[in-house]
Amino acid sequence: MFPAKFTYHRAASVQQALELLAAHDDAKLLAGGHSLIPMMKLRLAQPPAVIDIGRIAELSGISRDDGSIRIGALTCHADLAASELLRQECPLIAEAAATVADPQVRNKGTIGGNIAHADPASDLPAPLVACDATIHLLTADGSREVVASDFFVGLLTTALGEKEVITHLSVPAQTIGTGSAYLKVEHPASGYAVCGAAAAVTVREDGTCAAAALCFNGITDSALNARAVAGALVGSSLDDDAIDAAVDGHLTADDPLGDVYASGEYRLHLAKVQGKRALKLARDRARG
Amino acid sequence: MRHQIRVEVNGKSHEREVEARQLLVHFLRDELRLTGTNVGCETSLCGACTVWMDGKAVKSCTQLAVQADGCSVTTIEGMKQGDTFHPVQEAFWECHGLQCGYCTPGMIMAAGALLKENPSPSEAEIRQSLKGNLCRCTGYQNIVKAIAHAAQGGAQ
Repeated sequence: MFPAKFTYHRAASVQQALELLAAHDDAKLLAGGHSLIPMMKLRLAQPPAVIDIGRIAELSGISRDDGSIRIGALTCHADLAASELLRQECPLIAEAAATVADPQVRNKGTIGGNIAHADPASDLPAPLVACDATIHLLTADGSREVVASDFFVGLLTTALGEKEVITHLSVPAQTIGTGSAYLKVEHPASGYAVCGAAAAVTVREDGTCAAAALCFNGITDSALNARAVAGALVGSSLDDDAIDAAVDGHLTADDPLGDVYASGEYRLHLAKVQGKRALKLARDRARG
Repeated sequence: MRHQIRVEVNGKSHEREVEARQLLVHFLRDELRLTGTNVGCETSLCGACTVWMDGKAVKSCTQLAVQADGCSVTTIEGMKQGDTFHPVQEAFWECHGLQCGYCTPGMIMAAGALLKENPSPSEAEIRQSLKGNLCRCTGYQNIVKAIAHAAQGGAQ
Protein backbone atom coordinates (compact mmCIF):
# COMPACT_ATOMS: atom_id res chain seq x y z
CA MET A 1 0.00 0.00 0.00
CA PHE A 2 1.64 3.21 -1.11
CA PRO A 3 0.52 6.67 -2.16
CA ALA A 4 -0.46 7.74 -5.66
CA LYS A 5 2.27 9.61 -7.52
CA PHE A 6 3.06 13.15 -6.49
CA THR A 7 5.87 15.62 -6.87
CA TYR A 8 7.92 16.20 -3.74
CA HIS A 9 9.31 19.58 -2.76
CA ARG A 10 11.31 20.30 0.35
CA ALA A 11 10.98 23.79 1.81
CA ALA A 12 14.00 25.18 3.63
CA SER A 13 12.10 28.12 5.11
CA VAL A 14 8.53 29.27 5.71
CA GLN A 15 9.00 31.78 2.92
CA GLN A 16 9.93 29.01 0.53
CA ALA A 17 6.96 26.93 1.69
CA LEU A 18 4.66 29.84 0.82
CA GLU A 19 6.26 30.20 -2.61
CA LEU A 20 5.85 26.49 -3.26
CA LEU A 21 2.22 26.66 -2.14
CA ALA A 22 1.66 29.55 -4.54
CA ALA A 23 3.23 27.60 -7.39
CA HIS A 24 1.40 24.30 -6.86
CA ASP A 25 -2.37 24.11 -6.76
CA ASP A 26 -3.89 21.50 -4.45
CA ALA A 27 -0.54 20.87 -2.83
CA LYS A 28 -0.41 19.43 0.69
CA LEU A 29 2.05 20.36 3.41
CA LEU A 30 3.94 17.45 4.97
CA ALA A 31 5.14 17.85 8.55
CA GLY A 32 5.44 14.60 10.52
CA GLY A 33 3.24 12.86 7.97
CA HIS A 34 1.20 10.89 10.48
CA SER A 35 -2.14 12.19 9.28
CA LEU A 36 -1.30 12.88 5.64
CA ILE A 37 0.67 9.74 4.73
CA PRO A 38 -2.00 7.31 5.98
CA MET A 39 -4.60 9.29 4.01
CA MET A 40 -2.40 9.13 0.92
CA LYS A 41 -1.73 5.41 1.34
CA LEU A 42 -5.47 4.76 1.52
CA ARG A 43 -5.84 7.06 -1.53
CA LEU A 44 -8.29 9.17 0.40
CA ALA A 45 -5.90 12.01 -0.43
CA GLN A 46 -4.10 12.21 -3.76
CA PRO A 47 -2.36 15.57 -3.79
CA PRO A 48 -0.42 16.26 -6.97
CA ALA A 49 2.33 17.92 -4.96
CA VAL A 50 3.65 17.49 -1.43
CA ILE A 51 5.65 20.25 0.22
CA ASP A 52 7.82 18.96 3.04
CA ILE A 53 8.09 21.56 5.80
CA GLY A 54 9.37 19.03 8.32
CA ARG A 55 12.87 20.51 8.56
CA ILE A 56 12.06 24.17 9.05
CA ALA A 57 13.70 24.79 12.44
CA GLU A 58 11.86 28.08 13.09
CA LEU A 59 8.54 26.19 13.17
CA SER A 60 9.55 23.95 16.05
CA GLY A 61 9.83 24.30 19.81
CA ILE A 62 7.99 25.52 22.90
CA SER A 63 8.85 28.84 24.52
CA ARG A 64 7.48 31.51 26.82
CA ASP A 65 6.16 34.58 25.03
CA ASP A 66 5.00 37.23 27.53
CA GLY A 67 1.90 35.85 29.24
CA SER A 68 1.45 32.95 26.86
CA ILE A 69 3.23 29.86 25.68
CA ARG A 70 4.27 29.66 22.05
CA ILE A 71 4.16 26.22 20.48
CA GLY A 72 5.77 25.83 17.05
CA ALA A 73 3.59 23.99 14.54
CA LEU A 74 6.22 21.29 14.02
CA THR A 75 6.46 20.38 17.70
CA CYS A 76 5.83 16.64 17.99
CA HIS A 77 3.44 15.08 20.49
CA ALA A 78 6.29 13.48 22.46
CA ASP A 79 7.88 16.92 22.97
CA LEU A 80 4.52 18.43 23.99
CA ALA A 81 4.02 15.64 26.53
CA ALA A 82 7.55 15.96 27.94
CA SER A 83 7.74 19.77 28.08
CA GLU A 84 8.28 21.05 31.62
CA LEU A 85 7.16 24.52 30.53
CA LEU A 86 3.91 23.17 29.14
CA ARG A 87 3.33 20.95 32.18
CA GLN A 88 3.62 24.00 34.40
CA GLU A 89 1.80 26.58 32.30
CA CYS A 90 -0.65 24.63 30.09
CA PRO A 91 -0.73 21.13 31.57
CA LEU A 92 -3.94 20.23 29.74
CA ILE A 93 -2.14 20.20 26.40
CA ALA A 94 0.77 18.12 27.69
CA GLU A 95 -1.65 15.67 29.31
CA ALA A 96 -3.67 15.29 26.11
CA ALA A 97 -0.57 14.97 23.91
CA ALA A 98 0.65 12.08 26.08
CA THR A 99 -2.50 10.13 25.15
CA VAL A 100 -2.14 10.51 21.36
CA ALA A 101 -1.82 7.09 19.69
CA ASP A 102 1.45 5.41 20.75
CA PRO A 103 5.12 6.32 21.34
CA GLN A 104 6.16 5.89 17.70
CA VAL A 105 3.36 8.14 16.44
CA ARG A 106 4.08 10.72 19.15
CA ASN A 107 7.71 10.84 18.02
CA LYS A 108 6.67 11.99 14.54
CA GLY A 109 3.17 13.47 14.59
CA THR A 110 3.09 17.25 15.05
CA ILE A 111 0.60 19.62 16.66
CA GLY A 112 0.30 21.63 13.43
CA GLY A 113 -0.37 18.54 11.35
CA ASN A 114 -2.83 17.25 13.91
CA ILE A 115 -4.97 20.38 13.93
CA ALA A 116 -4.73 20.93 10.17
CA HIS A 117 -6.08 17.40 9.66
CA ALA A 118 -8.80 18.00 12.29
CA ASP A 119 -9.87 14.44 12.88
CA PRO A 120 -12.88 14.74 15.21
CA ALA A 121 -11.53 11.83 17.29
CA SER A 122 -8.00 13.17 17.73
CA ASP A 123 -6.89 14.41 21.12
CA LEU A 124 -5.67 17.98 20.72
CA PRO A 125 -8.65 19.98 19.42
CA ALA A 126 -10.80 19.97 22.61
CA PRO A 127 -7.91 20.89 24.95
CA LEU A 128 -6.89 23.70 22.60
CA VAL A 129 -10.43 25.08 22.60
CA ALA A 130 -10.68 24.67 26.38
CA CYS A 131 -7.37 26.54 26.85
CA ASP A 132 -8.42 29.35 24.53
CA ALA A 133 -5.49 28.73 22.19
CA THR A 134 -4.87 30.94 19.17
CA ILE A 135 -3.61 29.54 15.89
CA HIS A 136 -1.22 31.72 13.91
CA LEU A 137 -1.36 31.45 10.13
CA LEU A 138 0.86 32.90 7.45
CA THR A 139 0.14 33.60 3.79
CA ALA A 140 2.10 35.37 1.11
CA ASP A 141 -0.01 38.46 1.92
CA GLY A 142 0.61 38.48 5.65
CA SER A 143 -0.37 36.78 8.85
CA ARG A 144 -3.63 36.25 10.69
CA GLU A 145 -4.77 34.69 13.92
CA VAL A 146 -7.73 32.39 14.48
CA VAL A 147 -8.95 31.32 17.91
CA ALA A 148 -9.21 27.55 18.31
CA SER A 149 -13.01 27.61 18.68
CA ASP A 150 -13.27 29.20 15.22
CA PHE A 151 -10.46 27.14 13.67
CA PHE A 152 -12.20 23.76 13.90
CA VAL A 153 -15.07 24.08 11.46
CA GLY A 154 -16.26 20.52 10.94
CA LEU A 155 -15.27 17.01 9.94
CA LEU A 156 -11.66 17.22 8.70
CA THR A 157 -12.37 20.87 7.97
CA THR A 158 -10.68 23.95 9.42
CA ALA A 159 -10.37 27.66 8.81
CA LEU A 160 -6.91 27.06 7.30
CA GLY A 161 -6.74 28.36 3.73
CA GLU A 162 -5.21 26.33 0.92
CA LYS A 163 -2.26 28.68 0.60
CA GLU A 164 -1.73 29.20 4.32
CA VAL A 165 0.85 27.73 6.68
CA ILE A 166 0.29 27.22 10.41
CA THR A 167 3.39 28.73 12.01
CA HIS A 168 2.61 28.35 15.69
CA LEU A 169 -0.01 28.31 18.40
CA SER A 170 -0.16 30.51 21.43
CA VAL A 171 -1.83 29.38 24.61
CA PRO A 172 -2.41 31.66 27.61
CA ALA A 173 -0.46 30.50 30.65
CA GLN A 174 -2.99 29.20 33.14
CA THR A 175 -3.83 31.56 35.98
CA ILE A 176 -3.30 30.86 39.67
CA GLY A 177 -6.06 28.67 41.06
CA THR A 178 -6.61 26.84 37.77
CA GLY A 179 -6.68 23.09 37.38
CA SER A 180 -7.30 21.00 34.28
CA ALA A 181 -7.75 17.40 33.19
CA TYR A 182 -8.02 15.38 29.99
CA LEU A 183 -9.81 12.05 30.29
CA LYS A 184 -10.24 9.77 27.35
CA VAL A 185 -12.17 6.65 26.48
CA GLU A 186 -10.20 5.41 23.55
CA HIS A 187 -11.03 3.06 20.75
CA PRO A 188 -9.16 -0.10 21.77
CA ALA A 189 -7.76 -0.76 18.31
CA SER A 190 -7.01 2.67 16.88
CA GLY A 191 -6.33 4.62 20.07
CA TYR A 192 -8.49 7.47 18.80
CA ALA A 193 -10.88 9.12 21.24
CA VAL A 194 -14.38 7.68 21.39
CA CYS A 195 -14.81 10.41 23.96
CA GLY A 196 -12.08 12.77 25.14
CA ALA A 197 -13.09 15.24 27.83
CA ALA A 198 -10.98 18.35 28.40
CA ALA A 199 -11.87 20.36 31.49
CA ALA A 200 -10.36 23.45 33.10
CA VAL A 201 -11.65 25.31 36.15
CA THR A 202 -10.38 28.30 38.07
CA VAL A 203 -11.33 28.50 41.74
CA ARG A 204 -11.53 31.61 43.89
CA GLU A 205 -10.05 31.72 47.38
CA ASP A 206 -13.46 30.91 48.84
CA GLY A 207 -13.57 27.76 46.70
CA THR A 208 -16.22 28.92 44.24
CA CYS A 209 -15.79 28.78 40.49
CA ALA A 210 -14.36 31.86 38.75
CA ALA A 211 -14.07 30.31 35.28
CA ALA A 212 -14.70 26.96 33.64
CA ALA A 213 -14.34 25.25 30.29
CA LEU A 214 -15.47 21.82 29.16
CA CYS A 215 -14.79 20.54 25.65
CA PHE A 216 -14.94 17.15 23.99
CA ASN A 217 -13.27 15.21 21.21
CA GLY A 218 -15.05 12.36 19.49
CA ILE A 219 -18.61 13.47 20.18
CA THR A 220 -19.41 15.79 17.29
CA ASP A 221 -17.76 16.44 13.92
CA SER A 222 -15.43 19.00 15.48
CA ALA A 223 -14.48 19.83 19.05
CA LEU A 224 -17.65 20.23 21.12
CA ASN A 225 -17.50 23.28 23.38
CA ALA A 226 -20.00 22.81 26.21
CA ARG A 227 -20.39 26.53 26.90
CA ALA A 228 -23.69 26.09 28.72
CA VAL A 229 -22.10 23.70 31.22
CA ALA A 230 -19.26 26.15 31.81
CA GLY A 231 -21.77 28.99 32.22
CA ALA A 232 -23.73 27.03 34.80
CA LEU A 233 -20.58 26.30 36.79
CA VAL A 234 -19.28 29.86 37.09
CA GLY A 235 -20.15 31.14 40.56
CA SER A 236 -21.08 27.67 41.80
CA SER A 237 -19.49 25.85 44.72
CA LEU A 238 -17.89 23.32 42.36
CA ASP A 239 -18.83 20.53 44.72
CA ASP A 240 -19.76 17.18 43.21
CA ASP A 241 -23.47 17.96 43.17
CA ALA A 242 -22.95 21.27 41.40
CA ILE A 243 -20.80 19.62 38.73
CA ASP A 244 -23.25 16.75 38.24
CA ALA A 245 -26.18 19.17 37.96
CA ALA A 246 -24.38 21.43 35.48
CA VAL A 247 -23.42 18.53 33.20
CA ASP A 248 -26.75 16.71 33.46
CA GLY A 249 -28.71 19.89 32.95
CA HIS A 250 -26.72 21.60 30.23
CA LEU A 251 -24.64 19.15 28.17
CA THR A 252 -26.16 18.73 24.73
CA ALA A 253 -24.73 17.87 21.34
CA ASP A 254 -26.26 18.43 17.92
CA ASP A 255 -25.83 15.41 15.67
CA PRO A 256 -23.47 13.36 17.81
CA LEU A 257 -21.22 11.06 15.77
CA GLY A 258 -22.24 7.43 15.63
CA ASP A 259 -20.70 4.34 14.10
CA VAL A 260 -20.80 0.57 14.53
CA TYR A 261 -18.54 0.88 17.53
CA ALA A 262 -20.32 3.63 19.45
CA SER A 263 -23.72 5.16 18.74
CA GLY A 264 -24.36 8.87 19.13
CA GLU A 265 -26.48 8.19 22.19
CA TYR A 266 -23.69 6.17 23.80
CA ARG A 267 -21.10 8.83 23.01
CA LEU A 268 -23.25 11.48 24.64
CA HIS A 269 -23.60 9.22 27.69
CA LEU A 270 -19.81 8.85 27.79
CA ALA A 271 -19.44 12.61 27.48
CA LYS A 272 -21.60 13.14 30.54
CA VAL A 273 -19.73 10.59 32.62
CA GLN A 274 -16.27 11.67 31.46
CA GLY A 275 -17.15 15.35 31.58
CA LYS A 276 -18.11 15.08 35.25
CA ARG A 277 -14.98 13.12 36.09
CA ALA A 278 -12.74 15.55 34.21
CA LEU A 279 -14.32 18.57 35.91
CA LYS A 280 -13.94 16.99 39.36
CA LEU A 281 -10.31 16.08 38.70
CA ALA A 282 -9.64 19.59 37.38
CA ARG A 283 -11.25 21.05 40.50
CA ASP A 284 -9.18 18.83 42.81
CA ARG A 285 -6.02 19.85 40.98
CA ALA A 286 -7.00 23.53 41.17
CA ARG A 287 -7.48 23.23 44.90
CA GLY A 288 -4.12 21.46 45.15
CA MET B 1 10.64 12.49 -10.61
CA ARG B 2 13.25 10.70 -8.54
CA HIS B 3 15.18 12.08 -5.63
CA GLN B 4 18.73 11.48 -4.53
CA ILE B 5 18.85 10.61 -0.84
CA ARG B 6 21.62 9.68 1.54
CA VAL B 7 20.62 7.70 4.61
CA GLU B 8 22.88 6.20 7.24
CA VAL B 9 21.51 2.77 8.08
CA ASN B 10 23.06 0.72 10.87
CA GLY B 11 26.17 2.90 10.72
CA LYS B 12 26.66 2.61 6.97
CA SER B 13 25.90 5.41 4.54
CA HIS B 14 23.71 4.59 1.55
CA GLU B 15 22.98 6.81 -1.44
CA ARG B 16 20.06 5.93 -3.64
CA GLU B 17 17.67 7.52 -6.09
CA VAL B 18 14.12 6.96 -4.92
CA GLU B 19 10.64 7.77 -6.06
CA ALA B 20 8.98 10.39 -3.87
CA ARG B 21 6.23 7.99 -2.85
CA GLN B 22 8.54 5.21 -1.73
CA LEU B 23 7.97 4.44 1.94
CA LEU B 24 10.93 4.10 4.27
CA VAL B 25 10.05 0.47 5.03
CA HIS B 26 10.19 -0.41 1.33
CA PHE B 27 13.45 1.49 0.95
CA LEU B 28 14.95 -0.62 3.75
CA ARG B 29 13.53 -3.91 2.52
CA ASP B 30 13.60 -3.58 -1.26
CA GLU B 31 16.54 -1.23 -1.90
CA LEU B 32 18.86 -2.19 0.95
CA ARG B 33 17.62 -5.78 1.33
CA LEU B 34 17.27 -5.34 5.07
CA THR B 35 14.23 -7.57 5.39
CA GLY B 36 14.27 -7.88 9.18
CA THR B 37 11.89 -4.93 9.38
CA ASN B 38 8.44 -6.33 8.64
CA VAL B 39 5.41 -4.82 6.95
CA GLY B 40 2.31 -5.61 8.96
CA CYS B 41 -0.90 -3.60 8.98
CA GLU B 42 0.34 -0.73 6.79
CA THR B 43 -1.96 1.62 8.65
CA SER B 44 0.40 2.83 11.42
CA LEU B 45 -1.18 0.57 14.01
CA CYS B 46 0.77 -2.68 14.37
CA GLY B 47 4.35 -1.48 14.82
CA ALA B 48 5.98 -4.43 13.00
CA CYS B 49 7.86 -1.87 10.90
CA THR B 50 9.32 0.03 13.88
CA VAL B 51 12.87 1.31 13.36
CA TRP B 52 14.86 4.08 15.00
CA MET B 53 15.20 7.32 13.10
CA ASP B 54 17.81 9.59 14.65
CA GLY B 55 17.49 7.43 17.76
CA LYS B 56 13.69 7.64 18.11
CA ALA B 57 11.31 4.75 17.46
CA VAL B 58 9.15 5.43 14.40
CA LYS B 59 6.88 3.45 12.12
CA SER B 60 8.73 3.12 8.84
CA CYS B 61 5.50 2.41 6.94
CA THR B 62 4.38 5.95 7.72
CA GLN B 63 7.51 7.75 6.58
CA LEU B 64 8.61 8.50 3.07
CA ALA B 65 12.14 7.47 2.23
CA VAL B 66 12.80 11.08 1.15
CA GLN B 67 11.94 12.19 4.68
CA ALA B 68 14.84 10.06 5.94
CA ASP B 69 17.34 11.89 3.72
CA GLY B 70 20.28 12.86 5.92
CA CYS B 71 18.97 10.85 8.86
CA SER B 72 20.45 7.96 10.77
CA VAL B 73 18.31 4.82 10.83
CA THR B 74 18.75 1.72 12.97
CA THR B 75 16.95 -1.49 12.06
CA ILE B 76 16.81 -4.83 13.84
CA GLU B 77 19.89 -5.86 11.83
CA GLY B 78 21.82 -3.05 13.50
CA MET B 79 21.06 -4.09 17.06
CA LYS B 80 23.71 -6.82 17.27
CA GLN B 81 27.15 -5.41 17.98
CA GLY B 82 29.75 -7.74 16.47
CA ASP B 83 28.95 -11.16 17.91
CA THR B 84 26.97 -9.76 20.81
CA PHE B 85 23.21 -9.52 20.68
CA HIS B 86 21.53 -6.46 22.13
CA PRO B 87 20.37 -7.11 25.71
CA VAL B 88 16.75 -6.89 24.52
CA GLN B 89 17.42 -9.52 21.86
CA GLU B 90 19.06 -11.75 24.50
CA ALA B 91 16.13 -11.23 26.83
CA PHE B 92 13.55 -12.14 24.15
CA TRP B 93 15.54 -15.35 23.65
CA GLU B 94 15.85 -16.05 27.39
CA CYS B 95 12.20 -15.33 28.21
CA HIS B 96 10.74 -16.74 24.99
CA GLY B 97 9.25 -13.37 24.15
CA LEU B 98 7.89 -14.52 20.79
CA GLN B 99 5.99 -17.22 19.03
CA CYS B 100 5.68 -16.69 15.28
CA GLY B 101 8.24 -13.88 15.37
CA TYR B 102 6.57 -11.53 12.93
CA CYS B 103 6.10 -8.68 15.40
CA THR B 104 9.45 -9.34 17.09
CA PRO B 105 11.72 -6.93 15.19
CA GLY B 106 9.29 -4.09 15.89
CA MET B 107 8.86 -5.17 19.51
CA ILE B 108 12.62 -5.19 20.04
CA MET B 109 13.06 -1.76 18.45
CA ALA B 110 10.22 -0.33 20.57
CA ALA B 111 11.58 -1.96 23.73
CA GLY B 112 15.12 -0.80 22.99
CA ALA B 113 13.86 2.76 22.56
CA LEU B 114 12.01 2.56 25.88
CA LEU B 115 15.10 1.33 27.76
CA LYS B 116 17.24 4.10 26.28
CA GLU B 117 14.88 6.68 27.79
CA ASN B 118 13.87 4.77 30.89
CA PRO B 119 16.40 2.10 31.94
CA SER B 120 14.24 0.71 34.76
CA PRO B 121 10.59 0.89 33.67
CA SER B 122 7.72 -0.44 35.76
CA GLU B 123 5.53 -3.16 34.30
CA ALA B 124 2.88 -0.53 33.59
CA GLU B 125 5.41 1.62 31.74
CA ILE B 126 6.54 -1.38 29.69
CA ARG B 127 2.96 -2.16 28.73
CA GLN B 128 2.26 1.49 27.88
CA SER B 129 5.37 1.61 25.70
CA LEU B 130 4.08 -1.32 23.64
CA LYS B 131 0.82 0.42 22.80
CA GLY B 132 1.96 0.82 19.21
CA ASN B 133 3.05 -2.80 18.75
CA LEU B 134 0.60 -5.63 18.20
CA CYS B 135 1.32 -9.31 18.82
CA ARG B 136 -1.27 -11.87 17.79
CA CYS B 137 0.39 -14.93 19.39
CA THR B 138 1.89 -14.41 22.81
CA GLY B 139 -0.69 -12.46 24.74
CA TYR B 140 2.24 -10.14 25.54
CA GLN B 141 3.12 -11.83 28.86
CA ASN B 142 6.54 -13.08 27.83
CA ILE B 143 7.27 -9.94 25.84
CA VAL B 144 6.72 -7.85 28.96
CA LYS B 145 8.82 -10.31 30.99
CA ALA B 146 11.60 -10.14 28.42
CA ILE B 147 11.74 -6.34 28.51
CA ALA B 148 11.78 -6.34 32.32
CA HIS B 149 14.56 -8.94 32.18
CA ALA B 150 16.57 -6.81 29.76
CA ALA B 151 16.10 -3.79 32.02
CA GLN B 152 17.40 -5.72 35.02
CA GLY B 153 20.40 -6.77 32.96
CA GLY B 154 21.22 -3.12 32.35
CA ALA B 155 20.31 -2.76 28.67
CA GLN B 156 21.93 0.25 27.06
